[in-house]
Order: sequence, then structure tokens, then C-alpha cells
Amino acid sequence: MGNFIVWVVWFAAAAGCLGSGVAVVSVQNPFYSALALIGNLASLAVLYLLLAAEFLAAAQVLVYAGAVMVMFLFVIAYLGGRADAPWAGGPPLLRTAAVVAAAAILVEVVVVLGLAWGDNLSEPEVPGTFGDPGEIGELFLTEHLLAFEITSIVLLIAAIGGVVLGTTREKDGPN
Amino acid sequence: MLRRSPLIVLLSLEIMLNAGNLALIAFARQIGEMDGQVFALAVMAVAAGEVAVGLGLIVAMARRDIALDVDQASALRG
Repeated sequence: MGNFIVWVVWFAAAAGCLGSGVAVVSVQNPFYSALALIGNLASLAVLYLLLAAEFLAAAQVLVYAGAVMVMFLFVIAYLGGRADAPWAGGPPLLRTAAVVAAAAILVEVVVVLGLAWGDNLSEPEVPGTFGDPGEIGELFLTEHLLAFEITSIVLLIAAIGGVVLGTTREKDGPN
Repeated sequence: MLRRSPLIVLLSLEIMLNAGNLALIAFARQIGEMDGQVFALAVMAVAAGEVAVGLGLIVAMARRDIALDVDQASALRG
């Protein structure tokens, strides 16, 4: 019974993920695009929970749905009508080619995974602490210390860059 | 290109980064090692930085009355 519920939740989250992802690129109004992306991120967080990544699911909701998407919505509201981007269409050949390429990648992934793990696709047993904030923090401060420091520098530079790009100089006028 | 607004480009970029994150976390679960989750967290930080710089660029474009169309912003094209 528990297994059945997991399957239902997984299917709902995966379908929501795909549907909202398609909605992000196909909806006309960028405001609804951003809202669809929030739905996409929320269903991804459910998938992360099913994959025993509780801390990442929480970080996903806090960082993305909480902070990043609020910033997106503020900018879309600031730009107003100028943010609108009508569907440029493009030749139907391009659309068909995109779908075919995506299907080819899907087939490729399934074949590779099947060859690698074909008869052993069941997930391994992991300890209950798998995905805990404490475990992740320990890995970050021991094995992956360099990645941790580089990440902090990247964030610092991005923050400085955002401030620099957002500042207006006197010669640019009062705008 | 189907959508020419830099905003939609940024939103699509987020989807791509999240696809990578999902792959990292799924393989971390399959292999039973937590390094994939650690790296997914680093990817999240990079995505947040990318949004900060990208939205700053878009606002700067809008302030200077440059059309919000990635096809017209082609001054650096070789």
C-alpha cells in the first residue's frame, strides 16, 4: 500500500513537472510563465523528497520559490508591458526537430541506464541520515571544502555584479 | 529561436539547471553516495547568482531603452 502511494505521488509530481515546464515556454504572458516555473520548482521539490533529499527539497522551496521567483516577479512587474514576448513561431521544421531530438535523448538515456543497471534498478538501502542537513554540511566542510569556498566567492561576485549593473551613473540621466 | 525575450530565456535557463540538479540527485540516490546532493547545492547557488546578474542586465537594458529582444542585442556578434 505504501509503495502504491509513492507511485501515485511520483507520477503526479513528474506530470506536474513536465506540464509546468512546457507551460513556462509556451504561455504568452511572462507573468504566467514565472508562475508556471514556481509550480515546476514545487513539483521538483516533491521529486527530491522521494529521492531522500529532504534538505535539498527545503532549500529548493526556500531559495527558488521564495527568493529567486519573487525577484523575477518584481522585475516582470517593473518592466510591465515591455516584458511581453509574443510567440515568435519559427518554422514548423524547427519544432519537429526539437521534439525528435528530445525523444532521441530520452531513448538514449533509457538505453544507457538499462545497459548499466538493467537487472538491478532497485534503489540501494541508505541510512536514515541520507540527505540530512548535518551530513551535507559535514561533506561540504571536509571533502568538498574547495567547492564550498568557490561557491561562496561566486555568490559574492554575483551580488557585486548585480549591484554594479543596477546602479545608474550621473551621465546616464535621471532614469 | 521561439521566444526572444531575455526574461523567458532566463526562466528556461532555470529549467535546464534544475534538470541537471534532478539528474545529480537521482544518481546520488541510485549510487548511495551523497556527493551528488552536495554538488546540486552548489548548482543552486550558481543558479541564484545567474539570476542576480541576469535580472540586473535586463533592468539595465530597460533603463537605457534598449529593446528587450535578444536578436536585436547583437553588438558583440562576430
